[in-house]
Amino acid sequence: MTRRARAIALGVAVLVVSVIAGLLVGPVHIAPGAALRWLMSFGHPPPGMSEQQAAILGNLRLPRVIVAALVGASLSASGAAYQAVFRNPLADPYLLGAAAGAGLGATIAVAYGPSDAFAVTVPLAAFIGAIVGVGLAYGLGRSSLSGRSATSLILGGIAVASFLTAVQTFIQQQNAQTLRQVYSWILGRLGTTGWDDARVALPSVVAAVATLWLVRRLLDVIELGDLEAESLGLNVGRLRVVVVVAASLATAAAVSVAGLIGFVGIIVPHTVRLLAGSSYRQVLPLSVLFGASFLILVDLVARTAVAPAEIPIGVITAFVGAPFFVIALRRTGRRAT
Amino acid sequence: MVHRSVGGIAAVLLLLASCGETAPPQSGPSEQTSASAAFPVTVDGVTIVQRPERIVSLSPTATEMLFAIGAGDQVEAVDDQSNYPADAPMTDLSGFEPNVEAIASYEPDLVVYSTEPGDLGAALAGLGIPALVQPAAVTLDDVYEQIEQLGVATGNASEAKDVVEKMRSEIDSITRSIVQPSEPVTYYHELDDTYYSVTSSTFIGQLYSLVGLRNIADKAKGAGGGYPQLSAEYIVDANPDLIFLADTKCCGQSPRTVAKRPGWDRIAAVENGGVILLDDDVASRWGPRVVEYLRQIAEAVAGALEARAA
Repeated sequence: MTRRARAIALGVAVLVVSVIAGLLVGPVHIAPGAALRWLMSFGHPPPGMSEQQAAILGNLRLPRVIVAALVGASLSASGAAYQAVFRNPLADPYLLGAAAGAGLGATIAVAYGPSDAFAVTVPLAAFIGAIVGVGLAYGLGRSSLSGRSATSLILGGIAVASFLTAVQTFIQQQNAQTLRQVYSWILGRLGTTGWDDARVALPSVVAAVATLWLVRRLLDVIELGDLEAESLGLNVGRLRVVVVVAASLATAAAVSVAGLIGFVGIIVPHTVRLLAGSSYRQVLPLSVLFGASFLILVDLVARTAVAPAEIPIGVITAFVGAPFFVIALRRTGRRAT
Repeated sequence: MVHRSVGGIAAVLLLLASCGETAPPQSGPSEQTSASAAFPVTVDGVTIVQRPERIVSLSPTATEMLFAIGAGDQVEAVDDQSNYPADAPMTDLSGFEPNVEAIASYEPDLVVYSTEPGDLGAALAGLGIPALVQPAAVTLDDVYEQIEQLGVATGNASEAKDVVEKMRSEIDSITRSIVQPSEPVTYYHELDDTYYSVTSSTFIGQLYSLVGLRNIADKAKGAGGGYPQLSAEYIVDANPDLIFLADTKCCGQSPRTVAKRPGWDRIAAVENGGVILLDDDVASRWGPRVVEYLRQIAEAVAGALEARAA
C-alpha cells in the first residue's frame, strides 16, 4: 500500500467507527449488541428490542449521524478548497459571506414568516441567503480594480458579511421575540434532525463535494500563484468560480440543515495536512472523510456530555477550534518568516 | 463572522437562560400605607413623592399587575411586548433595548421594568424619575410581593392586597382539587421547537410541582441553569404523560406538529391527547394570570388521569 492509500484506508476506517459509535452511544441506553444486530438487519428490531428503542435508532440517531457526516464533509471540503483558491490557510467556508447571508435569511424567515412553517422556511431562507451572500461578495470583488484576484474577493466577502450582519442585527432588534430562535439556530442545531434534513442536504452536498473532488489536482496548481498557474495553462478565474460555486452550494446545504457550525472548515483540513502532506490530491478526499467523522464525534459529545441535556454543537467546535486556530496561525507565521 | 460572534451569542443565551433563575432577594414594601395612600412612600429604597399618574411600564408582567390592581388609568405608556390587557397603552418603547430619551418623552412619574439592561436605573435617577425594578419571580411569594409593592407605589395598596388574597385562595383550591395518583403524572414543558425546557427549580417548574406533576427535565439538573435543551431521544424514552407547548406563538407548534416529529408518535402524551397548547405569554410571565395557567395545568392532569384509567 502506498502512503496515500494507507491514509485513505485510515480515513474510511475512522468514519466507519464514528458512524457505529454515533449509533451506539446516546443519552438513552440501548444494549450495544442489540443495536448492532439492528444495524446488521437493516433496521429490523431484534427480539427483545422495544419499538421505542428501534424508533430512537432509526428515526433519531441514524439520520442525525448521517446529517452530521454530510455537514462535516461539506464544511471540511469547502474549507480545504477555499484555502487553495484564496491561498490563505485561514480561509473557511464562511469567508465570502455565506454565514452572514444564511444568518440574515434565517432571521427574515423567523421574523416575518409564518410561524407554523419554520421547519421549511428557515432552512430554505438560509440556503438562499448563503448563495446570495457569496454572489454579492463575488460580484463586488470582481468589479473592483484588481479584477479577480483572491484578495479582492476576500475583501468583498468582508464588506458583504459586515453589511448583511448589520441588517440581520437591525431586524432582530426590531423583532426581539425572534432572538431566541435565531440564536439557537446560529449556534448550530442537529438536535431536531430527521430524515427530511438528510434528504434535503444530500443532493447539493454530493454534487458539490464531487465537483471539488474532481478539481483537486488543479488546486495544487492554483496554489502556486495566479501567474504561475496561468503560465501552466490553467484558467485561474474559471477554476475559482467553479470552486466558489461548489463550495457555496455545499456550505449553504450544510448551513440550512445544521445552522452555523464554525471552525470545522479550518480544523479538519489543517489536521489532514499535518497527517498527509499538503497536496490537495490527498487533502481533499481526507478532509471529506475526517470532516464527516469529526462532526459525528463532536455531535456525540454534544448529546452525551451533559445528558439528557444537549450542548449546542457550534459551542463545542468553537471550543476545540479556537485553540487549534491559534496553533495553525503560529505554524503559518513561523513558516512565513 | 461566525467565530467572532459565538462568544457573544453564548453570553446572550446564558442571559436569556438565567432569567427567572436567580432573582435577588427583594425587600417588601417598607412602608405599609392605606388605600388612600399617604404619599410620599418608599418602596424598595425608591421614594415616590406623590401618587403616580404617568406610569411607564417596560415589563409585560408589571403591566398585567398594574391593571389587575386598578392602576390601569394611571399608566401612560407600556412597552412593545405588553400585549395584555388589550387596553394597555402599548407603544414602541422597548424593555429589551430601552431608550432613555424615548421613555423620558412620556414625562413619567414612575417607571417599572424587570431586567436592568445596564444603566437604565442610573440614567432615570439622573433625570429624577423614580424607577422600580421587578425581576423575574422565583417563587409565588415573589409574585405576591411584587403585586403588593406596586400597590403601595401607586396608591392602590388595598386593591393589591385583595388581588393577592384572591390569587392565594384560588391557587389553594386548585391544588386541593387534585387527587394525587400513586404513580405521579410526568410532563415535558417545551420552550421552543429545539426542545429547550425548564426544570422544577424555575418559577414555571414550581407551578407544575404545586399540582404534583413530575418533570422529565429534572434529570438534566445542573445543565442550562434551569433551562436545559433536552435530547429528542431522551424525551421519547421518558415517555411523558403530558406535553405543555409554550411555543405555540413563537414557533407555531401544535399537537399536529408534535406528532409529526420523528419518533414522537409513540409518546403517551401524543397517543392520549395529552399535548396541551399554552399561551406563550401567560407561560412566561409571573403576573396574576398564573392562576389561569395553573387551572389549565390542573385540567390537563385530570385528563391524563382519565386516560390512564381508561
